[in-house]
Amino acid sequence: MTTVTDAPNVAGAIESVESHLHPTPSWDLADHPVPTGREEIWRFSPVKKLKQLLDADAEGGSLDWESDVPEGVVVTSIGVEEAQALAAEAPVDRVSAIAAKNAVQRTHIDIPADAVYDEPIVFTGRGSGGIARDHYVVTVGANAKATLIFRWEGTASYAEKSDFVVGDGAELNLVTVQDWDEGSIHGGQRSVVVGRDAHVKTVTASLGGDVVRLQENMSYGGPGGELESYGVYFVDGPQHVQHRLFVDHNEPHTKSDVDYRGALQGKGAHAVWIGDVLIRKVAESIATFESNKNLLLTEGCQADSVPNLEIETGEIEDAGHASSTGRFDEEQLFYLRSRGISEKEARRLVVHGFFWEIIRRIDVEDIEQKLLARVEEELELLEQTQAEA
Amino acid sequence: MSTLVINDLHANVLTSDGPKEILKGVTLTINPGEIHALMGPNGSGKSTLAYAIAGHPKYEITSGTVTLDGVDLQELTVDERAKAGLYLAMQYPVEVPGVSVSNFLRTAKTALDGEAPKVRTWVKDVQAALENLQLDKSFSGRSVNEGFSGGEKKRHEIAQLQLLNPKAAILDETDSGLDIDALKIVADGVNEYASAGDKAIVLITHYTRILRYIEPTYVHVFVDGKIAESGGRELADKLEAQGYEQYITAAANA
Ligand SMILES: Nc1ncnc2c1ncn2[C@@H]1O[C@H](COP(=O)(O)OP(=O)(O)OP(=O)(O)O)[C@@H](O)[C@H]1O
Ligand SMILES: [Mg+2]
Repeated sequence: MTTVTDAPNVAGAIESVESHLHPTPSWDLADHPVPTGREEIWRFSPVKKLKQLLDADAEGGSLDWESDVPEGVVVTSIGVEEAQALAAEAPVDRVSAIAAKNAVQRTHIDIPADAVYDEPIVFTGRGSGGIARDHYVVTVGANAKATLIFRWEGTASYAEKSDFVVGDGAELNLVTVQDWDEGSIHGGQRSVVVGRDAHVKTVTASLGGDVVRLQENMSYGGPGGELESYGVYFVDGPQHVQHRLFVDHNEPHTKSDVDYRGALQGKGAHAVWIGDVLIRKVAESIATFESNKNLLLTEGCQADSVPNLEIETGEIEDAGHASSTGRFDEEQLFYLRSRGISEKEARRLVVHGFFWEIIRRIDVEDIEQKLLARVEEELELLEQTQAEA
Repeated sequence: MSTLVINDLHANVLTSDGPKEILKGVTLTINPGEIHALMGPNGSGKSTLAYAIAGHPKYEITSGTVTLDGVDLQELTVDERAKAGLYLAMQYPVEVPGVSVSNFLRTAKTALDGEAPKVRTWVKDVQAALENLQLDKSFSGRSVNEGFSGGEKKRHEIAQLQLLNPKAAILDETDSGLDIDALKIVADGVNEYASAGDKAIVLITHYTRILRYIEPTYVHVFVDGKIAESGGRELADKLEAQGYEQYITAAANA
């Protein structure tokens, strides 16, 4: 598998770039000291609340995993060294470094080359309290086509290190749903390598948990790779939800399209979105667009949105970013209401529309329905607080 | 029977520097079956009049009244005004991403009627209205106004006018940005709506060319926040020939 031998090169290449945006990856825990909260990568994070995930000595187990794996897909338990060899890159922060080092088991999920799966391949991890850690590596063979779903439920303090190495010409639809119960925290790093001419779509949905902090790193294993990265999140005070994207255009003729959207409500709701895009010297004729939109439904919530484009080549096809954070668009509400639609109904339409543009891309019916239901819940919560006010 | 009565209306636009007076005493009665063309230079306050009547939150009426069939519109919220029978075709229709035209129209119709329209006839009605305005069927599945061309947005406003069939309509520069074929299509749409005979219509425009297809009952010259002169369609022809110069000078010297 060429994708596997390519992996160390990708890690090596990252090291050669001088940037404050993405710290040097390393499997060695000593390279990831306990953060104070003042470090660039931690300054938006509630470090105190993540204490359990930063403690390498704390006892931890795994989640209760259930899966629906079709014929041909191979799930195996692997050792530390093998996991590191298969991985897309080394950990870039302490949480993922601890997940990789101290996980009670490591899993390799292999989708064979040329295989086409119409039905989604689903993994559901359920927490029943306590610390859980996982390192899993997904390899997708050349020209394979699959939809992969990971769902997290229950209660846990969960540290994740995951890698997705997607082979040449493959098509992967990767849906991750953080659907934790209250009292959960979830931190970690997901690294995706998009193979030559491969097409990867990721949809990250953060629905629950007291704190969710995900580092999502994307890079390319060859020219011509295309990445679509979507995200939706609902943050009810005092939840903290943080998505940190790093798209590394390390190959020419690659594309990335990033669109994350969230709704916040209630006192202390805090969303953070970091969108770092690096366009390397070799990455000629690439196109990238990243966007983050936050809808502040009530007073007292905060959204930090930090797009960042770092360009080292002059030969770009297209590069842009957009970020918006605000209350309801008055003009949209007025337009709808001028047609007789009540204010409440107009708000519903606008919020549904806002999220539907992302949700419709999931292409998995029951997850789409679940997220639409979640949009409804957010609206009901909003109606309640407004009725009380 | 639908009568729209505007009496000595004063209104401000709310800007970041505070309120700014735009309407300086507008008085106008539109009786059932009448079409009033409102013509005036850029910035004279035509859209402000339309927005103030419809209840846009950025505009505040400071004095005067607007009634539709005797109902004081100022007492009503934006959507209640629509339910009272008012319709505003906007100069710049707003894009609502992720909300399909068909969902939007059905929601509006349901809100206006107080009950959901009959599925079978409604789907046909929507198709017919779109077709009438020469908008392809596919528009019903697209997001409201998103990615519509300027002319398509205007035609969509008139398709809604036909479907929602309000008592009174203010059409704010619905003719701007239309090519000659689209202009005819839009004019036909307005005429069909008006053919009920009891509608009150205000047609805000810069150009006499639409008045070739829509016969105005009256033409008003709107300058500096009020009506400077009223007449028949010959007034429109005079404006076409001479422009607004004399009115602007007169307003400046007033
Ligand atoms: N937010 C704002 N801040 C300052 N002035 C404003 C604001 N909104 C509107 N105005 C001013 O109000 C005046 C009236 O505007 P309005 O849009 O009603 O004009 P109009 O007659 O419709 O013009 P047009 O023919 O160009 O459509 C203009 O001078 C405009 O600049
Ligand atoms: Mg105007």
